[in-house]
Amino acid sequence: MYVADSRTTPDRTPDHPDTAGRRPLPGRRAAAVPGAVLALGTVSLVTDVSSEMVAAVLPLYLVAELGLSPLGFGLLDGVYNGVSALVRLVGGRLSDRGGGPKAVALAGYGLSALCKPLLLVAHSMPLIGAVLAADRTGKGLRTAPRDAMISLACEPGARGRAFGVHRAMDTAGALLGPLVAFMILRAAAGGYDAVFTVSGCVAVLGVLVLLLFVPGRTAAPPGPAPGVGRAPLRAVLRRPAVRRLTGCAVLLGLTTVSDSFLYLTLQRRLGLSEAWFPLLPLGTASAFLLLAVPLGVVADRVGRRRLFLCGHLALLAAYGLLVAPLGESAALCCLVLALHGSFYAATDGVLAAATADAVPSAVRGTGLAVVQTGQAAARFVCSIAFGAAWTVWGDRTALGAAAAGLVVSTAAGALLLRPAPAEFPPTSHRSPSVEP
Amino acid sequence: MSGKSRVLILLVAVLVLGGVAVGATLHAAGRAAEKDHARSGGPDVRSGEVTLDAPGVSVFRNMAWGPHRDEIASVPAGDPTGPRTSSGVRCLRFHTAGGTGVCLRAVRGGLRDTYRAVVLDSRLRETRRYDLAGVPSRARVSPGGRSAAWTVFVSGDSYAGTAFSTRTSVLDLRTGHLDRTLEDYRFFLDGRPRKPVDLNVWGVTFADDTRFYATAATGGRTYLVRGDRAARTLHTVHTNVECPSLSPDGTRVAYKKRVEGASSDAPWRLYVLDLRTLRETPTAERRSVDDQAVWRDGRTLVYSLPGDYGSDLWTVPADGSGSPSVSMRAALAPAFTAR
Repeated sequence: MYVADSRTTPDRTPDHPDTAGRRPLPGRRAAAVPGAVLALGTVSLVTDVSSEMVAAVLPLYLVAELGLSPLGFGLLDGVYNGVSALVRLVGGRLSDRGGGPKAVALAGYGLSALCKPLLLVAHSMPLIGAVLAADRTGKGLRTAPRDAMISLACEPGARGRAFGVHRAMDTAGALLGPLVAFMILRAAAGGYDAVFTVSGCVAVLGVLVLLLFVPGRTAAPPGPAPGVGRAPLRAVLRRPAVRRLTGCAVLLGLTTVSDSFLYLTLQRRLGLSEAWFPLLPLGTASAFLLLAVPLGVVADRVGRRRLFLCGHLALLAAYGLLVAPLGESAALCCLVLALHGSFYAATDGVLAAATADAVPSAVRGTGLAVVQTGQAAARFVCSIAFGAAWTVWGDRTALGAAAAGLVVSTAAGALLLRPAPAEFPPTSHRSPSVEP
Repeated sequence: MSGKSRVLILLVAVLVLGGVAVGATLHAAGRAAEKDHARSGGPDVRSGEVTLDAPGVSVFRNMAWGPHRDEIASVPAGDPTGPRTSSGVRCLRFHTAGGTGVCLRAVRGGLRDTYRAVVLDSRLRETRRYDLAGVPSRARVSPGGRSAAWTVFVSGDSYAGTAFSTRTSVLDLRTGHLDRTLEDYRFFLDGRPRKPVDLNVWGVTFADDTRFYATAATGGRTYLVRGDRAARTLHTVHTNVECPSLSPDGTRVAYKKRVEGASSDAPWRLYVLDLRTLRETPTAERRSVDDQAVWRDGRTLVYSLPGDYGSDLWTVPADGSGSPSVSMRAALAPAFTAR
């Protein structure tokens, strides 16, 4: 059984290379997704192909080829997660005060790319663990500056769509990665070194796309905002809008049961064969991929904070289906996974877009890191609490309790996030000046 | 830099990186083909009949290159470096006792491989099969050949997914009844019933057809547990024990111990625990052992360490004396039939 979810902050990816280059509609709508966002989406897509290739074959490599057990990683996981959260804050802050978001993102992507060839020479658990830890450090470092660059590259009114496109491309990469890896293993039985080499080449390509095609300076120059000074964290937290958003993300995170527990409950409640278990995350990712862009557009129309709350209603519906005595059916399983995927599509990129609305560009990276780290920490606490509740009450009652908690925190979130007149409205045509 | 030169740089990079990627894949494919040819100096492997009820035989997964790579092979237990007889049956993990074999294997699928546990009779014919939820890890058969157990690793499909979790199943071969996960058994920590949600169980070793030992982990600690398939219970016996292996006389357990203060992230050492006194004895093997050892007889342990062909088998005395020595190159998952 799962101890705690490592994926407290899902960073799955998005779009097919084909659809990335192709414009959905000619003219003005296409212009709503700037080249920099497509370039960053491509970077994420390519990088996720690279990292998911490795993730997909690693257990098999350790167990079947090296004769090791991967369990040691599971026990180290908590430490890496903690490090990753800290590194994310550092990455956000460096991107605001150091060489800018592009330099920090380059360092993060570059570090992860370096790790892939190192897997070729690491043959023992400690070394492989160290390489993966460095890889994760790179990931923690790049996330906040990357989201800052996306938000700075586009019109405020189109941020939801821009983040939707990015997340869709990111998820597409995550889905493609394992396929590429298994194709290589099909061509070369036992060719794990080929998988790692190809993964390294793909990662370098991602870094190059970032270097060549993502502008270093964005339209909104990050000049020092009033009152930012030397303490960006304090400057960020002094803003009521940021505090409310962080509070809401934390509150909802506290009632967001981790993916692993959800899949486990799904498998048990619906009596799914164990052989299907590894496919459940693919169902969520597919729904996320399909819905990220449309829901991003919806977020721009109806307001990101409103859609963020609606996304949690989708999660609530998924909990409800799992708690209700509806019997066992494949349709129910698909419905739960679709709701789970739409929850991510309505919240993951949308929260970043909403954060960008609330944080001035000079401290954008720090602001994004604060909100996302707060959410991740809250989900981790939820994992532990849910585990305890499961022990005491059993899975159905525990999920019922989580659902009740989610109702309360969604209601509280709705109160917290109700539009204040002083803040910018979600649509751009009503707010000519969006950066306070 | 102009847009044109950027595209040019990217194109060149795609060509170079693509070349490296294709080259690496072709090289690996060529080597995979090469692995189908025996290398000079390697063990002599011939195809033949392997039976699981012949006395004095060592049965294992042959890792040596050649047409019989990854097949279940046998050698006389007294001549481990002698010619190997290979069965044509491929397994990732294997164990046999009492004339019954259990084989955990990969099954090629359209998009990805799946895994299956297969029960074999003494002539390696398949009698039962079960789909597995993850990558096979440990397999054991009870001494009488009436029960089998296996552990798989299940991972959530996530980025750098290190949240591995185990699932261990126990099968009654007479009735065909399968306990899909030992996490459903009643768990007693120091005699008190507990229901930890983070319980993980792995590495079963059988005392007889119904009683066994295994590793249970909860709250960041690992325990040696005594299990009973009939009563469906697990009782903790000792702490810091992973992948136990019960001696033939049932008095001692060889296991991986996580050693304090070791510099590495994988500080496992091979220890032997006396079940009556709970006294721990370190073996002379000083390297980190990540395997469920087996007892070749009442005095000697056999375990795998990474080697040129993936894995070699080593032996060390169970009483802490002597020193480790290689017993078989290019082999994994050994089992020894009764003499």
